[in-house]
Amino acid sequence: MNLHEYQAKELLKKYNVPVQEGIAVDTVMAAEEAYRQIKTQTNNNFAVVKAQIHAGGRGKGKIEGSEQRGVAVGKSVEDITTIAKNILGGTLVTIQTGAAGKKVNKILVAQDVYYPGANPVKEFYLSILLDRATGQNVIMYSTEGGMDIEEVAHNTPEKIFKEWVHPGGGLQPFQARKIAFNLGLSGEAFKNAVKFVTNLYNAYLGVDASMLEINPLFKTSDEKIIAVDCKMNLDDNALMRHPDIAAMRDITEEDPTEVEAGQYNLNFVKLDGNVGCMVNGAGLAMATMDMIKLSGGEPANFLDVGGTANAQTVEAGFRIIMKDPNVKAILINIFGGIVRCDRVAAGVIEAYNKLGNIHIPIIVRLQGTNAEEAKKLIDESGLKVQSAIQLSEAAELVKKAVA
Amino acid sequence: MAVLVNKQSKIIVQGFTGTEGTFHASQMIEYGTNVVGGVTPGKGGSTHLDKPVFNTVADAVKATGANVSIIFVPPAFAADSIIEAASENIELVVCITEGIPVQDMVKVKNYLQGKTTRLIGPNCPGVITAGEAKVGIMPGFIFKQGRIGIVSKSGTLTYEAADQVVKAGLGISTAIGIGGDPIIGTPTVEAVKLLMNDPETDGIIMIGEIGGSMEADAARWIKDNKTKPVVGFIAGQTAPPGRRMGHAGAIIGGAEDTAEAKMKIMAECGISVVASPADIGKTIAAALKK
Repeated sequence: MNLHEYQAKELLKKYNVPVQEGIAVDTVMAAEEAYRQIKTQTNNNFAVVKAQIHAGGRGKGKIEGSEQRGVAVGKSVEDITTIAKNILGGTLVTIQTGAAGKKVNKILVAQDVYYPGANPVKEFYLSILLDRATGQNVIMYSTEGGMDIEEVAHNTPEKIFKEWVHPGGGLQPFQARKIAFNLGLSGEAFKNAVKFVTNLYNAYLGVDASMLEINPLFKTSDEKIIAVDCKMNLDDNALMRHPDIAAMRDITEEDPTEVEAGQYNLNFVKLDGNVGCMVNGAGLAMATMDMIKLSGGEPANFLDVGGTANAQTVEAGFRIIMKDPNVKAILINIFGGIVRCDRVAAGVIEAYNKLGNIHIPIIVRLQGTNAEEAKKLIDESGLKVQSAIQLSEAAELVKKAVA
Repeated sequence: MAVLVNKQSKIIVQGFTGTEGTFHASQMIEYGTNVVGGVTPGKGGSTHLDKPVFNTVADAVKATGANVSIIFVPPAFAADSIIEAASENIELVVCITEGIPVQDMVKVKNYLQGKTTRLIGPNCPGVITAGEAKVGIMPGFIFKQGRIGIVSKSGTLTYEAADQVVKAGLGISTAIGIGGDPIIGTPTVEAVKLLMNDPETDGIIMIGEIGGSMEADAARWIKDNKTKPVVGFIAGQTAPPGRRMGHAGAIIGGAEDTAEAKMKIMAECGISVVASPADIGKTIAAALKK
């Protein structure tokens, strides 16, 4: 599950991680009020308006049909009103959203962190994630903050540092110091960075994040260390122990068909192709998508119906796949192990009859327990359903359907 | 005797009396697997499926001499169950449970360091040595006895491969479902090593998917240590980056995570890589004839 920046920052604050302060709002009027509050708190006319969407590249992205950027600075109520009006309800297109962009329902009115002071400001990069190869969490950081970290890693790999955390002992004080030293910090800023890193690691573990990225990690002119932006991905498997965080889910950010599929306990990912598929098991589902492509089609979705492929799940699968007008054929690929193929076949027939007018070819490949009986059931049903037992036969049928 | 499990294995079931545990334990027993008992805290002293139930793994080991455990415990408690089994030095722990929080597995992986226990899974179909022991949830009848070993991250795709092997006139020695999570007990390379060193296995099928570097690690080892043919398939050639495809571990994070990158490395390391999952069976049959 992904969170918005403002939600991630709320969580960080609970772990005493200093953040760029802000107020999330969804109306222009509330934005004005938020600006007034922030102006009083910071004693600074400048403030930043940040569009809240689940995608990066907001600063360079533009609201569709205008020149308004997704992150903009204002220095008066009038400025903030104009920016809020432009952004709220608009569609923000960034390099990460694709051409369709994302609708902005909320903005974060935040403090300006570039306020003048005794020392120069600095931007760094810091993230915590799971290193699958070692089975340990790793803190990745760089002096090159505020930019695309993949680019930094590619062009100047020597500027990326990594600190692995041993799961037994946890993050050690010397490791936090090492990070602060490597970022070139000293004095007050050094002390603040050590605290920041320690608390951030606690937050990462505490919320069961799978990725936590602070970019930029910011040193202010008065030597504070704060998170100006925060990208937080949570481990879906761990949400069961964080009902408060699970409640932060914003389904308007997700594909509506994927949300609906979730209600039927179907694992569905929408893709752009022309052949829908319904499969039991994630690995076989991916393999089936690959086979569709090799047969000359393009997969329209990933859909794992799980262990029980019965009439209800098949019907729900049909409904969800057929919402996509680009789908020209549907391939059902079930390897019946413990679930018997003839039962699945009966389920397919029942779902087909219940839905009535299906105008696109349906290819059903059932293999495993009672596969022959299942094929017979399908073939004798009188429905316009093509049946197969071998995977290669199914591939041939897909080839014909998309030709 | 193939690898990991055989007729001599003494198996206990953790989460024995639950729905999943009951169903699959009875299937395992029906297959002829030597299930010697089970563990359900609070139900010790009772009998289930005609086998004794114990409160703890320690009690079960003491009474039965069990050396293998299979876990059907819900995700929130599964890590604890793995550690409990390992603390009693059970030789092989197979964890079927899907949905264990990844930070729990970080702890488990660390706990297993230096222990003699081997963990298979989690989020896997288990291990089957055809005709001897089924320690998992796979449909046993597909796995006709033979001399092909399978290593796979995915359940139904393992069944698919086994079925094609049998249709090609061959059979299975041991099939190892290693699991689809980001952190698993036995990575691809270790499972491949077991089969490469097994005198009863003549060829290996290695099935991977997008995400992580396990297939590339295995391929590099195979390059230097190959004594029998290996056929490889990577699921997810058409998967979009950044999206989790069912399995928690099946997500493309960087350039090395893609199916294309993995297939390239595997081919360079002397593995017969198939693009279509429909070609697994005939390719291993052809490779054996060479």
